[in-house]
Amino acid sequence: MASLKKFFFIKARDFVHAGEASIHIQSLLKSMHWDPVLIRRVAICSYEGEMNVVIHGGDGVLNLSIENDRLIIEIIDDGPGIQDISLAMQPGYSTASDEAREMGFGAGMGLPNMKKNADDIQIESEPGIRTRASMTFLLESPKETP
Amino acid sequence: MKLCDIVQELDATTLNGEDRLNSEITRCGASDLMSDVLARPTDGTLLMTGLTTIQTIRTAKIAGVVAVVFVRGKRPPPEVLTVARTEDMPLFSSPYSMFVCCGRLHARGLTGLDGRR
Ligand SMILES: Nc1ncnc2c1ncn2[C@@H]1O[C@H](COP(=O)(O)OP(=O)(O)OP(=O)(O)O)[C@@H](O)[C@H]1O
Ligand SMILES: [Mg+2]
Repeated sequence: MASLKKFFFIKARDFVHAGEASIHIQSLLKSMHWDPVLIRRVAICSYEGEMNVVIHGGDGVLNLSIENDRLIIEIIDDGPGIQDISLAMQPGYSTASDEAREMGFGAGMGLPNMKKNADDIQIESEPGIRTRASMTFLLESPKETP
Repeated sequence: MKLCDIVQELDATTLNGEDRLNSEITRCGASDLMSDVLARPTDGTLLMTGLTTIQTIRTAKIAGVVAVVFVRGKRPPPEVLTVARTEDMPLFSSPYSMFVCCGRLHARGLTGLDGRR
């Protein structure tokens, strides 16, 4: 597999464009005829991470890279950050605004969905400075998820 | 069940995707929570929702949903229709409540996302 790198800007609170980067990645992988289950896992993780930046974060970037045996999605934003990451990872935990809830977000399921679908996930945050989520997907023998 | 038969059963109006009415659907989901949709096996399914936002369309696309039915006669604003056209997502509006939409389709043999009735 040849290597490929792409990056996308994500704008905080821009609900008109929110999700476009992930849909772009989904159609890119479809055009490369990847395994549909793997595409689904990547698309869900990318979209949940992208929406988190739009809803909770500051302006950010999404880096996609495909190298040898893996695909990596790294999402960095310079928003308020996450004080307690293990709390944020718990299903049902959410600080989503009323605006985001009216749009169907705030179930507190985004980070758990990301964890479930990625082969590996790393989340780091310096509160008040930035948040970085990096998700790795193995192209061979990936984990089984519905 | 074909999408065109679902449309008839729900007395729905076609808002986008007239060319896709031949698609075959066996499983359905009903939710207003986007991450809840993404947590379940939604590939090739029908989504019923009361949420008419751009994010409904993009979530459906990411989730591999085949078509979206808006319940309670809801109609999305024009910018949502534009996104649905871009993403090639068939959209329908049914005058019935979520409960009645689900009941009508369940009675016709459709299953939940996990394949159970
Ligand atoms: N990029 C981010 N910047 C700051 N806080 C974040 C970020 N991502 C997640 N969080 C925090 O972690 C919490 C849990 O995130 P998660 O994605 O699981 O749920 P949610 O976004 O609130 O709801 P859902 O994803 O189900 O719509 C958020 O409510 C928020 O407090
Ligand atoms: Mg989230």
